[in-house]
Amino acid sequence: MNANISYLDGNAAGGELSRIFNVDLTAAEGQCVNCGTKGRFADAHLYVDCPGLVARCATCDHVLLRLVNTGERIFLDVRGMAYLTTRPVQS
Amino acid sequence: MAGTEVLGRVSWRTGKVVALHDETSTARTIALVVSDWPGHIAGQHVDIRLTASDGYSAVRSYSIASAPNSDQRIEITVERLENGEVSPYLTQEVMVGDEIELRGPIGGWFVWRSDQTEPIQLVAGGSGIVPLMAMIRSRLESQSNAQFQLLYSVREPAAAFYKDELEAISKRGDSLLLTYAFTRITPKGWPRPPGRIDAALVSVSVWPTDLAPTCYVCGPTSFVEHVNGLLIAAGMDRGKIRTERFGSTGERK
Repeated sequence: MNANISYLDGNAAGGELSRIFNVDLTAAEGQCVNCGTKGRFADAHLYVDCPGLVARCATCDHVLLRLVNTGERIFLDVRGMAYLTTRPVQS
Repeated sequence: MAGTEVLGRVSWRTGKVVALHDETSTARTIALVVSDWPGHIAGQHVDIRLTASDGYSAVRSYSIASAPNSDQRIEITVERLENGEVSPYLTQEVMVGDEIELRGPIGGWFVWRSDQTEPIQLVAGGSGIVPLMAMIRSRLESQSNAQFQLLYSVREPAAAFYKDELEAISKRGDSLLLTYAFTRITPKGWPRPPGRIDAALVSVSVWPTDLAPTCYVCGPTSFVEHVNGLLIAAGMDRGKIRTERFGSTGERK
Protein backbone atom coordinates (compact mmCIF):
# COMPACT_ATOMS: atom_id res chain seq x y z
CA MET A 1 0.00 0.00 0.00
CA ASN A 2 1.11 3.54 -0.62
CA ALA A 3 2.03 5.01 2.75
CA ASN A 4 2.40 8.46 1.20
CA ILE A 5 -1.28 9.00 0.66
CA SER A 6 -1.91 11.63 3.27
CA TYR A 7 -5.36 12.99 2.60
CA LEU A 8 -8.57 12.34 4.49
CA ASP A 9 -12.01 13.26 3.17
CA GLY A 10 -14.45 16.11 3.52
CA ASN A 11 -16.14 14.40 6.49
CA ALA A 12 -13.11 15.29 8.60
CA ALA A 13 -13.66 19.03 8.00
CA GLY A 14 -17.17 18.86 9.46
CA GLY A 15 -16.13 19.94 12.94
CA GLU A 16 -14.16 23.00 11.80
CA LEU A 17 -16.83 24.05 9.30
CA SER A 18 -19.44 23.80 12.04
CA ARG A 19 -17.70 26.71 13.79
CA ILE A 20 -18.70 28.93 10.87
CA PHE A 21 -21.90 27.48 9.42
CA ASN A 22 -24.99 26.31 11.20
CA VAL A 23 -25.78 23.56 8.69
CA ASP A 24 -23.77 20.41 8.09
CA LEU A 25 -21.78 21.01 4.90
CA THR A 26 -20.31 17.51 4.53
CA ALA A 27 -23.52 16.35 2.85
CA ALA A 28 -23.76 19.51 0.70
CA GLU A 29 -23.28 19.14 -3.04
CA GLY A 30 -20.75 21.36 -4.76
CA GLN A 31 -19.22 21.80 -8.18
CA CYS A 32 -15.52 22.07 -8.95
CA VAL A 33 -14.81 25.22 -10.99
CA ASN A 34 -11.92 23.51 -12.75
CA CYS A 35 -13.37 20.24 -14.08
CA GLY A 36 -17.08 20.76 -13.46
CA THR A 37 -17.50 17.59 -11.39
CA LYS A 38 -20.43 17.74 -9.02
CA GLY A 39 -20.13 15.87 -5.77
CA ARG A 40 -20.70 15.80 -2.06
CA PHE A 41 -18.27 17.83 -0.03
CA ALA A 42 -17.71 14.68 2.06
CA ASP A 43 -16.10 13.05 -1.00
CA ALA A 44 -13.48 15.79 -1.50
CA HIS A 45 -9.92 14.96 -0.51
CA LEU A 46 -8.93 16.80 2.63
CA TYR A 47 -5.34 17.65 3.50
CA VAL A 48 -4.73 18.39 7.16
CA ASP A 49 -0.91 18.35 7.38
CA CYS A 50 -0.70 22.06 6.66
CA PRO A 51 -1.56 25.29 8.44
CA GLY A 52 -5.31 24.84 8.26
CA LEU A 53 -7.38 22.59 6.02
CA VAL A 54 -7.25 22.24 2.24
CA ALA A 55 -9.98 20.38 0.34
CA ARG A 56 -9.25 19.25 -3.21
CA CYS A 57 -11.49 17.87 -5.93
CA ALA A 58 -11.43 14.05 -5.88
CA THR A 59 -11.50 14.02 -9.68
CA CYS A 60 -8.98 16.68 -10.78
CA ASP A 61 -7.22 17.69 -7.53
CA HIS A 62 -8.12 21.37 -7.93
CA VAL A 63 -8.25 23.27 -4.62
CA LEU A 64 -11.91 23.63 -3.61
CA LEU A 65 -11.62 25.17 -0.16
CA ARG A 66 -9.01 26.50 2.22
CA LEU A 67 -9.78 27.11 5.85
CA VAL A 68 -7.32 28.59 8.33
CA ASN A 69 -8.11 29.35 11.93
CA THR A 70 -5.40 31.40 13.62
CA GLY A 71 -7.29 31.65 16.88
CA GLU A 72 -7.88 35.36 16.31
CA ARG A 73 -9.31 35.16 12.80
CA ILE A 74 -10.82 32.52 10.55
CA PHE A 75 -9.90 32.68 6.85
CA LEU A 76 -12.11 30.84 4.36
CA ASP A 77 -11.41 30.59 0.62
CA VAL A 78 -14.06 28.74 -1.39
CA ARG A 79 -13.31 30.09 -4.86
CA GLY A 80 -12.57 26.55 -6.11
CA MET A 81 -16.28 25.76 -5.99
CA ALA A 82 -18.81 27.18 -8.44
CA TYR A 83 -21.51 26.61 -5.84
CA LEU A 84 -22.34 24.61 -2.75
CA THR A 85 -25.95 23.61 -2.11
CA THR A 86 -27.69 22.07 0.86
CA ARG A 87 -31.02 22.07 2.61
CA PRO A 88 -31.70 24.97 4.94
CA VAL A 89 -32.07 24.55 8.67
CA GLN A 90 -35.65 23.72 9.60
CA SER A 91 -36.84 25.12 12.85
CA MET B 1 -34.81 10.04 13.80
CA ALA B 2 -36.77 13.22 14.19
CA GLY B 3 -34.63 16.09 15.36
CA THR B 4 -31.36 14.72 14.00
CA GLU B 5 -31.99 15.42 10.32
CA VAL B 6 -30.72 18.96 10.66
CA LEU B 7 -27.75 19.32 12.88
CA GLY B 8 -27.41 23.02 13.46
CA ARG B 9 -24.23 24.59 14.73
CA VAL B 10 -22.07 22.13 16.56
CA SER B 11 -20.70 23.20 19.90
CA TRP B 12 -18.20 21.91 22.45
CA ARG B 13 -19.84 19.79 25.10
CA THR B 14 -18.67 17.84 28.11
CA GLY B 15 -18.97 14.07 28.24
CA LYS B 16 -18.60 12.04 31.40
CA VAL B 17 -16.91 8.65 31.08
CA VAL B 18 -19.32 6.01 32.41
CA ALA B 19 -17.72 2.76 31.23
CA LEU B 20 -14.52 1.41 29.66
CA HIS B 21 -14.12 -1.83 27.78
CA ASP B 22 -11.04 -3.24 26.04
CA GLU B 23 -11.82 -4.52 22.53
CA THR B 24 -8.27 -5.73 21.78
CA SER B 25 -4.85 -5.29 23.40
CA THR B 26 -4.59 -1.85 21.76
CA ALA B 27 -8.18 -0.64 21.41
CA ARG B 28 -10.64 0.52 24.03
CA THR B 29 -14.31 1.43 23.95
CA ILE B 30 -15.20 4.50 25.99
CA ALA B 31 -18.84 5.11 26.91
CA LEU B 32 -19.75 8.71 27.61
CA VAL B 33 -22.86 10.40 28.88
CA VAL B 34 -23.29 13.86 27.39
CA SER B 35 -26.10 15.68 29.20
CA ASP B 36 -26.98 18.02 26.30
CA TRP B 37 -26.47 15.40 23.55
CA PRO B 38 -28.95 16.11 20.72
CA GLY B 39 -28.89 12.55 19.35
CA HIS B 40 -26.90 11.21 16.41
CA ILE B 41 -27.18 9.15 13.25
CA ALA B 42 -25.14 5.98 12.67
CA GLY B 43 -21.88 6.86 10.90
CA GLN B 44 -21.34 10.28 12.47
CA HIS B 45 -18.24 11.24 14.43
CA VAL B 46 -17.22 13.49 17.28
CA ASP B 47 -14.14 15.66 17.66
CA ILE B 48 -12.40 15.21 20.99
CA ARG B 49 -10.25 18.00 22.41
CA LEU B 50 -7.60 17.41 25.04
CA THR B 51 -5.98 20.44 26.61
CA ALA B 52 -2.69 20.26 28.53
CA SER B 53 -2.01 22.36 31.63
CA ASP B 54 0.11 24.74 29.51
CA GLY B 55 -2.87 25.42 27.25
CA TYR B 56 -1.67 23.28 24.33
CA SER B 57 -4.63 21.45 22.87
CA ALA B 58 -5.08 18.67 20.33
CA VAL B 59 -8.28 17.74 18.50
CA ARG B 60 -8.94 14.33 16.95
CA SER B 61 -12.01 12.83 15.29
CA TYR B 62 -13.47 9.53 16.47
CA SER B 63 -16.42 7.72 14.99
CA ILE B 64 -19.37 6.90 17.20
CA ALA B 65 -19.76 3.12 17.63
CA SER B 66 -23.13 3.06 19.36
CA ALA B 67 -26.57 3.13 17.78
CA PRO B 68 -28.70 6.25 18.04
CA ASN B 69 -30.52 6.30 21.38
CA SER B 70 -32.36 8.69 23.63
CA ASP B 71 -30.12 8.15 26.64
CA GLN B 72 -27.58 10.93 25.90
CA ARG B 73 -25.04 8.12 25.76
CA ILE B 74 -22.44 7.49 23.09
CA GLU B 75 -19.58 5.04 22.72
CA ILE B 76 -16.38 5.51 20.78
CA THR B 77 -13.70 2.89 20.17
CA VAL B 78 -10.16 4.21 20.04
CA GLU B 79 -7.12 2.39 18.65
CA ARG B 80 -3.88 3.29 20.39
CA LEU B 81 -1.14 4.69 18.16
CA GLU B 82 2.36 4.64 19.59
CA ASN B 83 3.16 8.21 18.60
CA GLY B 84 -0.35 9.54 18.99
CA GLU B 85 -1.07 12.67 21.01
CA VAL B 86 -4.60 11.75 22.01
CA SER B 87 -5.10 8.00 21.62
CA PRO B 88 -2.61 6.89 24.34
CA TYR B 89 -4.51 9.01 26.86
CA LEU B 90 -7.91 7.70 25.75
CA THR B 91 -6.82 4.06 25.74
CA GLN B 92 -4.61 3.96 28.82
CA GLU B 93 -5.18 6.83 31.20
CA VAL B 94 -8.79 7.88 31.08
CA MET B 95 -10.92 6.62 33.99
CA VAL B 96 -14.61 6.24 34.73
CA GLY B 97 -15.86 9.57 36.08
CA ASP B 98 -13.44 11.68 34.00
CA GLU B 99 -14.83 14.49 31.88
CA ILE B 100 -13.88 14.84 28.22
CA GLU B 101 -14.47 17.80 25.93
CA LEU B 102 -16.15 16.88 22.66
CA ARG B 103 -17.85 18.46 19.67
CA GLY B 104 -20.56 16.77 17.65
CA PRO B 105 -22.32 14.90 16.26
CA ILE B 106 -20.59 15.72 12.96
CA GLY B 107 -21.25 14.58 9.41
CA GLY B 108 -24.37 14.16 7.31
CA TRP B 109 -23.11 12.09 4.37
CA PHE B 110 -21.29 9.03 5.72
CA VAL B 111 -24.42 7.98 7.61
CA TRP B 112 -27.00 5.21 7.47
CA ARG B 113 -30.57 6.15 8.33
CA SER B 114 -33.03 3.51 9.43
CA ASP B 115 -35.46 4.51 6.66
CA GLN B 116 -32.98 3.33 4.01
CA THR B 117 -34.32 0.06 2.61
CA GLU B 118 -31.75 -0.76 -0.10
CA PRO B 119 -29.08 -3.47 0.45
CA ILE B 120 -26.07 -2.16 2.33
CA GLN B 121 -22.48 -3.19 1.72
CA LEU B 122 -20.02 -2.35 4.46
CA VAL B 123 -16.26 -2.67 4.00
CA ALA B 124 -14.00 -2.01 6.99
CA GLY B 125 -10.24 -1.86 7.33
CA GLY B 126 -9.00 -2.19 10.92
CA SER B 127 -10.56 0.44 13.17
CA GLY B 128 -12.67 1.52 10.19
CA ILE B 129 -15.22 -0.92 11.60
CA VAL B 130 -16.34 1.63 14.22
CA PRO B 131 -18.87 3.76 12.27
CA LEU B 132 -20.02 0.65 10.39
CA MET B 133 -20.71 -1.05 13.73
CA ALA B 134 -22.95 1.90 14.62
CA MET B 135 -24.88 1.20 11.39
CA ILE B 136 -25.17 -2.53 12.17
CA ARG B 137 -26.38 -1.74 15.69
CA SER B 138 -28.75 0.90 14.39
CA ARG B 139 -30.23 -1.60 11.94
CA LEU B 140 -30.95 -4.00 14.81
CA GLU B 141 -32.32 -1.33 17.14
CA SER B 142 -34.66 0.01 14.49
CA GLN B 143 -35.75 -3.49 13.42
CA SER B 144 -34.89 -2.58 9.85
CA ASN B 145 -35.11 -5.29 7.22
CA ALA B 146 -32.39 -3.77 5.02
CA GLN B 147 -29.96 -6.46 3.88
CA PHE B 148 -26.52 -5.85 5.36
CA GLN B 149 -23.23 -7.42 4.35
CA LEU B 150 -19.89 -6.69 6.02
CA LEU B 151 -16.43 -7.40 4.65
CA TYR B 152 -14.00 -6.76 7.50
CA SER B 153 -10.28 -6.66 6.88
CA VAL B 154 -8.02 -7.08 9.91
CA ARG B 155 -4.37 -7.93 10.45
CA GLU B 156 -5.12 -11.03 12.52
CA PRO B 157 -8.03 -12.56 14.46
CA ALA B 158 -6.94 -10.92 17.73
CA ALA B 159 -7.15 -7.47 16.12
CA ALA B 160 -10.88 -7.69 15.34
CA PHE B 161 -13.21 -5.39 17.29
CA TYR B 162 -16.70 -6.47 18.47
CA LYS B 163 -15.98 -10.09 17.53
CA ASP B 164 -18.55 -11.84 19.72
CA GLU B 165 -21.28 -9.31 18.99
CA LEU B 166 -20.72 -9.53 15.22
CA GLU B 167 -20.73 -13.31 15.45
CA ALA B 168 -24.02 -13.28 17.38
CA ILE B 169 -25.67 -10.81 15.01
CA SER B 170 -24.55 -12.71 11.91
CA LYS B 171 -26.11 -15.91 13.29
CA ARG B 172 -29.53 -14.29 13.65
CA GLY B 173 -31.09 -15.37 10.39
CA ASP B 174 -30.76 -12.76 7.68
CA SER B 175 -29.39 -10.02 9.92
CA LEU B 176 -25.89 -9.67 8.55
CA LEU B 177 -23.60 -11.52 6.18
CA LEU B 178 -20.11 -11.39 7.63
CA THR B 179 -16.78 -12.13 5.94
CA TYR B 180 -13.35 -11.55 7.43
CA ALA B 181 -10.23 -10.88 5.40
CA PHE B 182 -7.05 -11.49 7.42
CA THR B 183 -4.04 -9.68 6.04
CA ARG B 184 -1.20 -11.17 8.16
CA ILE B 185 -2.33 -14.14 10.26
CA THR B 186 -5.43 -16.30 9.75
CA PRO B 187 -7.15 -18.65 12.18
CA LYS B 188 -6.13 -22.29 11.82
CA GLY B 189 -7.63 -24.01 8.79
CA TRP B 190 -8.86 -20.71 7.28
CA PRO B 191 -9.55 -21.30 3.58
CA ARG B 192 -8.00 -18.07 2.28
CA PRO B 193 -4.29 -17.34 2.73
CA PRO B 194 -3.48 -14.06 4.46
CA GLY B 195 -3.71 -11.08 2.13
CA ARG B 196 -5.47 -7.84 1.27
CA ILE B 197 -8.98 -7.77 -0.08
CA ASP B 198 -8.81 -8.59 -3.80
CA ALA B 199 -11.18 -8.89 -6.76
CA ALA B 200 -11.84 -12.58 -6.08
CA LEU B 201 -12.93 -11.86 -2.50
CA VAL B 202 -15.04 -8.91 -3.63
CA SER B 203 -16.82 -11.15 -6.13
CA VAL B 204 -18.03 -13.50 -3.38
CA SER B 205 -18.49 -11.23 -0.38
CA VAL B 206 -19.99 -8.04 -1.81
CA TRP B 207 -23.59 -7.65 -3.02
CA PRO B 208 -23.89 -8.06 -6.79
CA THR B 209 -24.22 -4.75 -8.63
CA ASP B 210 -27.74 -5.53 -9.87
CA LEU B 211 -28.99 -5.19 -6.29
CA ALA B 212 -27.73 -1.57 -6.41
CA PRO B 213 -26.35 -1.55 -2.87
CA THR B 214 -25.15 1.57 -1.12
CA CYS B 215 -21.54 0.94 -0.07
CA TYR B 216 -19.81 2.38 2.97
CA VAL B 217 -16.03 1.98 3.02
CA CYS B 218 -14.03 3.04 6.06
CA GLY B 219 -10.38 2.60 6.99
CA PRO B 220 -6.92 4.02 6.42
CA THR B 221 -6.66 6.16 3.26
CA SER B 222 -4.67 3.58 1.28
CA PHE B 223 -7.21 0.87 2.21
CA VAL B 224 -10.14 3.03 1.13
CA GLU B 225 -8.46 3.85 -2.21
CA HIS B 226 -7.75 0.16 -2.81
CA VAL B 227 -11.27 -1.02 -1.99
CA ASN B 228 -12.88 1.87 -3.86
CA GLY B 229 -10.93 0.81 -6.96
CA LEU B 230 -12.02 -2.83 -6.57
CA LEU B 231 -15.69 -1.86 -6.14
CA ILE B 232 -15.64 0.37 -9.21
CA ALA B 233 -13.84 -2.34 -11.21
CA ALA B 234 -16.57 -4.78 -10.12
CA GLY B 235 -19.13 -2.44 -11.71
CA MET B 236 -20.37 -0.64 -8.61
CA ASP B 237 -21.88 2.80 -9.22
CA ARG B 238 -19.39 5.46 -8.02
CA GLY B 239 -22.25 7.59 -6.74
CA LYS B 240 -23.33 4.83 -4.37
CA ILE B 241 -19.96 4.43 -2.67
CA ARG B 242 -19.46 6.54 0.44
CA THR B 243 -16.04 6.63 2.01
CA GLU B 244 -14.43 7.71 5.25
CA ARG B 245 -10.65 7.82 5.46
CA PHE B 246 -8.51 7.73 8.59
CA GLY B 247 -5.25 8.87 6.98
CA SER B 248 -2.02 6.91 6.76
CA THR B 249 -1.38 7.20 10.48
CA GLY B 250 -4.77 5.85 11.42
CA GLU B 251 -5.33 8.83 13.70
CA ARG B 252 -7.63 11.40 12.22
CA LYS B 253 -6.92 15.00 12.92
